[in-house]
Amino acid sequence: MKIGAPAEIFEGEARVAMTPDSARQLQKLGHTCLVQSGAGLKAGFTDAAYEEAGVEVVKDAKALYAQAEVVTKVRGPEASEIKMLSEGQTLISFFWPAQHEDDMKTLADKGVRVVAMDMVPRISRAQKMDALSSMANIGGYRAVIEAGNNFGRFFTGQVTAAGKVPPAKVLVVGAGVAGLAAIGTSTSLGAITYAFDVRPEVAEQIESMGAEFVFLEFEEDQTDGAATGGYAAPSSPEFREAQLAKFREMAPDIDIVITTALIPGRDAPVLWTKDMVEMQKPGSVIVDLAAERGGNCELTVKDEKIVTDNGVTIIGYTDLVSRMATQSSTLYATNIRHMLADLTPEKDGVINHNMEDDVIRGATVTFDKEVTFPPPPPKVAAIAAQPKKEAPKELTPEEKRAKEAAEFKAQTKSQVTLLAIGAALVLGVGLIPGMPASFMQHFIVFVLSVFIGFQVIWNVAHSLHTPLMAVTNAISSIIILGALIQIGSSSLLITLLAALGIFMAGVNIFGGFLVTRRMLAMFQKS
Amino acid sequence: MENAFTIAAYVVAGILFILSLGGLSGQESAKRAVWYGIVGMAIAVLATLFGPGSGLWLASLVLIAGGAAVGYQLATRVEMTQMPELVAIMHSLVGLAAVFVGFNADLMINYIGDIYAAEGLVMGAVKDDGITAIGLPKEIYDSLSAFGQLIAKKSSVEIGILRVELVLGIWIGAVTFTGSVIAYAKLAGSSSKLPFQVDTAAKKLPGGHFLNAGAAILSVILLAMYLGGSGSWALVLLTIAGLFIGYHLIMGIGGADMPVVVSMLNSYSGWAAAAIGFSLGNDLLIVVGALVGSSGAILSYIMCKAMNRSFVSVILGGFGGPAGEQQAVEGEQIAIDADGVAQALEDADSVIIIPGYGMAVAQAQQNVAELTRRLRAKGKEVRFAIHPVAGRLPGHMNVLLAEAKVPYDIVLEMDEINDDFPDTDVAIVIGSNDIVNPAAQDDPNSPIAGMPVLECWKAKQVFVSKRGQGTGYSGIENPLFFKDNTRMFYGDAKASLDALLTKIS
Repeated sequence: MKIGAPAEIFEGEARVAMTPDSARQLQKLGHTCLVQSGAGLKAGFTDAAYEEAGVEVVKDAKALYAQAEVVTKVRGPEASEIKMLSEGQTLISFFWPAQHEDDMKTLADKGVRVVAMDMVPRISRAQKMDALSSMANIGGYRAVIEAGNNFGRFFTGQVTAAGKVPPAKVLVVGAGVAGLAAIGTSTSLGAITYAFDVRPEVAEQIESMGAEFVFLEFEEDQTDGAATGGYAAPSSPEFREAQLAKFREMAPDIDIVITTALIPGRDAPVLWTKDMVEMQKPGSVIVDLAAERGGNCELTVKDEKIVTDNGVTIIGYTDLVSRMATQSSTLYATNIRHMLADLTPEKDGVINHNMEDDVIRGATVTFDKEVTFPPPPPKVAAIAAQPKKEAPKELTPEEKRAKEAAEFKAQTKSQVTLLAIGAALVLGVGLIPGMPASFMQHFIVFVLSVFIGFQVIWNVAHSLHTPLMAVTNAISSIIILGALIQIGSSSLLITLLAALGIFMAGVNIFGGFLVTRRMLAMFQKS
Repeated sequence: MENAFTIAAYVVAGILFILSLGGLSGQESAKRAVWYGIVGMAIAVLATLFGPGSGLWLASLVLIAGGAAVGYQLATRVEMTQMPELVAIMHSLVGLAAVFVGFNADLMINYIGDIYAAEGLVMGAVKDDGITAIGLPKEIYDSLSAFGQLIAKKSSVEIGILRVELVLGIWIGAVTFTGSVIAYAKLAGSSSKLPFQVDTAAKKLPGGHFLNAGAAILSVILLAMYLGGSGSWALVLLTIAGLFIGYHLIMGIGGADMPVVVSMLNSYSGWAAAAIGFSLGNDLLIVVGALVGSSGAILSYIMCKAMNRSFVSVILGGFGGPAGEQQAVEGEQIAIDADGVAQALEDADSVIIIPGYGMAVAQAQQNVAELTRRLRAKGKEVRFAIHPVAGRLPGHMNVLLAEAKVPYDIVLEMDEINDDFPDTDVAIVIGSNDIVNPAAQDDPNSPIAGMPVLECWKAKQVFVSKRGQGTGYSGIENPLFFKDNTRMFYGDAKASLDALLTKIS
């Protein structure tokens, strides 16, 4: 198959869908590669570099569309490009089918197969072709760099001979791929980084990147990101209020805000309002990665950098990824290459568009003159649902004290009950008519001994239970005293039985104590 | 008996015994405490031997020496893994001794009764005050042994009480004797030195607990007959009933409940001694019997609590049936070889080892200790988590690890270590099953629901050393083995650890 990459015609787009490196890999799959002359120039890939990689350089788009069987692009097709596509061709690019239904219909009617890179399902197997993530990663990184470019101070705190420099405080709103990349970049530059997300389960990821999770105290079952394929879902108005209040509280302290909050298929939620911007210090920077969808900041102007009256810079560039065209082209071309590798399972240069495959089915939006969007839900759940965690409730000091008091009361109650029962029993024994005093004397000894036994044994260490049994076994041989008293009897039978008793108790005394000694000697401290 | 010096010696001995038990609160003080016990016993025996009224002291010394020789052999030869058996068989000796001493007391009563009859007097007849016994003429009284004199002085009420006490002593002693022998046979299994073997599983005669109840009722009837003056044959029958109960009760209890059984028998041997102490009027016997009895009772209670079962349900044998449909376990057990385990251990910073009965059976404690030493030498934190009912005797695992020279300060109790599992890299389960079963917490229908367990599945990775895929003693499926972070390291514990040790230098 001939795979072609035309130059992007969208204004300001510097990326290209094929690099010399990816072309080499594609050729290993049995494909031949075409590239429009100058397509990679803005991304730093010359025609010569392509030719060296065995790519045929064609002089214009028309020639390319005419020859290529698979067209790989970055941006979705413009009207002029749609015109050039013909039946049997496959287009692989970002497409945003929900927003471009007409284009999708036209292409389906023409018999063009469209594989939308933005529709690749979020499952582990498809991560290698998840272009949204790879682009978001770059966006997050670039956002921090743009912020630094417009921020008049160091990120990291320093104590220099010329004075002390406080570290910058960065707040990242939305901890998706872009947000996490921004957190990573920001912390590695040395800034104190805070991050917020509506999905509580990402707190761990945020902390693993070195930022502090902004904890929102809110009594509501927050949506589990796993249910929506790892994306955030819209939150309730109450939750949003709590969130804004928290931001308002933080705004005066924050030097750099990077907002990345997007909800699939909706306008970006406004999370950084005008009054928050007004509360910020002059020189602060806001980078709004959601500018394309209206922006998370109320004052964001799409594709522009503005400075507010109080000196806060708000950056609304939508081409952050394109500003790093070499890096983003490399990653995007690799995503495309992986997609093509999945489409060429036999590595023989023949495309097998297998609609049974979850990933390919999900990404394909037109096939055999039919619109195949939206796809059925994938068979494999994207992310295992998080088990509900119940945070142990923190008790207030009053509750604690009340609890302790209640426990103490219950303890007293049970103790007094036990004592009362015990006392009643002992008294009951004493009240039995004709109970001789000599018996009662022994009985007192017995009861007190049981009591002492209970007091003492509770303190025995768990690990010493076996020695305890051995030693109690040894001392229970005290029964030898009975046999010793009896052995002097004139009756032969009594003497004989007593002798046996003495012998057995003797075995026990020595065996028991010796084995206890042996065991205890083994317990050693490290 | 009436000698003030003997009683004083008993007081000293009693205090020493109390200190001896109290000292077991810590490993270091325990080493001192055992000497208190030894000295206390020596004082008690010597004071009785050389006190007034006891005869044949030379013969007694010879017998004690003989017993000492046997005891020495037993104590020095026993393997630490066989501790449960040793403790069980020694309890049987105390039980039997109590039976003998009790019978002697009965014989002596009869003997004294005969002397009274020969003198034309009635035993137990009281003077006008209604309390003091009339007693024998002085010359006959003086010719009696100390114990004989004691009985000769008693009034009829006192003799009645004496009989109740000695019956109790004999009966409890008999139950302890056969119970301990059966417990020994079950614990020792095929290595039992007895001429017969018993099935280690729970087994009851047809009729089950009704037989026990019947024997117990029979015992009460026989007691009444004996007190009514029917003579010694009732006592013999009563002893047989006791022996039967001991046998049948313990036969009905399975191997895994042995910690409770052994501590229960420990308790019984104490109560038997106390009952005999009452009948002989010997306070030291009462004191020690009560101490031992309460100690065993507390141990039984601790063990039952650790299994979340009531004492009665353990004694009546067997696990109750599941309360409803148990959760099915999904997933599969994933095996791993020694290389994989070694690799994970190399990478881990903190390791918790959970030993169980399987380690004792395989005699793998030395290998476990060697593994611990090597890992510790690499600067890794290695600790042990001991469940209260791990093994077949309370504290069994601690003793085994101590024998293998694992320092006791890294061997922790369940409550001390359970919270640390989430911060642990690797948990290694060696031959335990029910005590690490998450179903106890997750599945309200599980037979072990509510039993406190070691939460090893919270560790980042869990390795389970196990012989095969079967379930444990209780026959309960263990969801731990199917968890994502669990890997099964199949094979005999000792062989597996040997293989592992070759990979870790």
